[in-house]
Amino acid sequence: MDALIDQLKGEIIEQLNLEDLKKEDIDADAPLFGEGLGLDSIDALELIVLLEKNHGIKIANPADGKKIFQSIRSMAEFIKANKK
Amino acid sequence: MNVFVASDNIISPLGFTSSENFEQLIKMHTGVTRIEKSELSEEAVCAAIIDTKKLNAEFQKQNHTNKASEIEYTRLEKMAIISINDCLKQNPKINIASKKTLLVLSTTKGNIDLLDASLASRFDKKRVYLWETAKIIAGYFKNPNQPIVVSNACISGVLAIIIGKRLLEDNTYDTVIVSGVDIMTHFVVSGFQSFKAISNEVAKPYDSKRDGISLGEGCGTIVLTNNPELTLNIEQQIFVKGGASSNDANHISGPSRTGDGLLLAIEKTLKEANVKAEEVNYISGHGTATLYNDDMESIAISDAQLAAVPMNSLKSYFGHTLGAAGLIESIVGIHSMRKNTLIGTYNFNELGVAKPINIIKDTTSAVVNNCLKTSAGFGGCNAAVFFQKVQNN
Amino acid sequence: MENKNYISSYCAAKNGEVIVDHTISYSEKTLLSVDFIKSVYKHFQFNYPKFYKMDHLCKLAFVTSELLLKSNPVTQKYSSEDIAIIISNSTSSLEIDTEHQNTISDKGNYFPSPAIFVYTLSNILIGEIAIRNSIKGENTFFIFDKFDPVFMSSYINSLLKSGKAKCCITGWVDFYENKYESFLYTVEKEQGTLKIEHTSEQIKKLYNN
Repeated sequence: MDALIDQLKGEIIEQLNLEDLKKEDIDADAPLFGEGLGLDSIDALELIVLLEKNHGIKIANPADGKKIFQSIRSMAEFIKANKK
Repeated sequence: MNVFVASDNIISPLGFTSSENFEQLIKMHTGVTRIEKSELSEEAVCAAIIDTKKLNAEFQKQNHTNKASEIEYTRLEKMAIISINDCLKQNPKINIASKKTLLVLSTTKGNIDLLDASLASRFDKKRVYLWETAKIIAGYFKNPNQPIVVSNACISGVLAIIIGKRLLEDNTYDTVIVSGVDIMTHFVVSGFQSFKAISNEVAKPYDSKRDGISLGEGCGTIVLTNNPELTLNIEQQIFVKGGASSNDANHISGPSRTGDGLLLAIEKTLKEANVKAEEVNYISGHGTATLYNDDMESIAISDAQLAAVPMNSLKSYFGHTLGAAGLIESIVGIHSMRKNTLIGTYNFNELGVAKPINIIKDTTSAVVNNCLKTSAGFGGCNAAVFFQKVQNN
Repeated sequence: MENKNYISSYCAAKNGEVIVDHTISYSEKTLLSVDFIKSVYKHFQFNYPKFYKMDHLCKLAFVTSELLLKSNPVTQKYSSEDIAIIISNSTSSLEIDTEHQNTISDKGNYFPSPAIFVYTLSNILIGEIAIRNSIKGENTFFIFDKFDPVFMSSYINSLLKSGKAKCCITGWVDFYENKYESFLYTVEKEQGTLKIEHTSEQIKKLYNN
């Protein structure tokens, strides 16, 4: 799990162009949207692309993203549960 | 100074003249169809597409005598040329080759299909530059002036009309041909798909069940002039009385939640036109049928004290034609005034927006002496323009 | 006299150099293209995390507009509705358009990105400047073969004359195939410190320097 979380941090920094951040700046349990990393609606859509591109998981309904993208940990748990 | 409409044309799947299009709208026939797997998209997509064979046939028909044109024209250029040619046919008094005539082109993506490997080899690389596209179109008509290109997302069309009006008021030109055109491409479809913004069905503007846009392609051309000699029918004369743009300074893709940007554009427009909110007869909305856009519009319209004014969206007929939308929808507004007919909003059943507004469900007769056209787009931009019919006493 | 307008400040970025109001404010000739633009951002310590999400064209517009408005904070003088942003370029958003095309041209590696696609409109850079500075006035993006001081000055002068705007942030921002050029300036009725009349000749002079 920790390895996946670490990997996800790297992927998110790259996919979302968070160039000014390092992996250690990101708390796996902090909210991704709103206060935490301050991501916006485009980032949410970009995370859907990330899941598909890097992990082969498709999310058809963007509304499902809300739960999945609460934090890096919730994303990692979702990937673990859905990985074929 | 009076700026009025000397001629107009719509090229869409519903027809190749404004009248053909308007007749289809009166009957509430949509141009949006479901397209199975195609070069536009691997998945099926609902969109308003112009039949290529029909387009090419029309282009050939117009040009069989014109042997001088040895240039190969792109799909987008053909659409604009056919549209402008029809405007000239409708009003033969327009002198497009005059120094006093200017072309203003509104487009978001121009010849963006040329980036695709399948077309890239056939045309010069320069052809994807929007100014080059405009030069090619102006060159076809032997217009001597450098064309002006407006590329401002989905408000481009409305903005181009406003700019046309302002340029005429400066007196450098007496005629401005404002043409808005965009084509359906894999480029655009894939982008909106990645935004999860496209509905699986025909778009349902302002409806409680709306779930996204339908895309479309088309061209709309309005010839604006301040030269009274270009008047064809004084009783049918339509004036451009005001227009403004604004930014809601909120987010590059999400519409403002408060609608303050659109409200500002509407207020500035009505002020310039010197009309009060209660005098507005009809609003041609933007109505893309995304959740947030239609909500935003309803708030702005309501805050502008326009909630009771009959309003429609034409996106469920033409799809969202991007840089052409403002032109096409304004032309429908112009014909609504001339025919005193308000077009019903196709696929609208039950109001489902943040603030109550008066959406026209079925096509009806009404006295339509003026029309407020609004639009909004990516980059937080908003625009409005106001048209008025000369009053018959 | 009444109808005269003035270029009250300007910022130009090209060839590894940034000039603000006649003065070279930053120079870094070893870095190319977007790396240079990022070095401007770092040098002036702009703290705006969204910068990294922008495409190259918007990054360029961002750093030059920041320096322009630092030199002449027009948002403190005028209400947000009275400031227009009218910008032009030659290549529209072709730089990022090509990037989006690359994400969709290979069916085996087909991942169109919303964060890329949203920038495939040239006027997004106007949106970025508007958001950063809460500016709500007139917006227009024009496309020309080359920067056209004659059209731009005439259009903006009539905008100010008719009262549709009291101040305009305007100019040229272009980025394509590693070539970049930004030239932004403010136009107002007040002379400002530069005291340059807003005419096409004066714009040409500043632009060609």
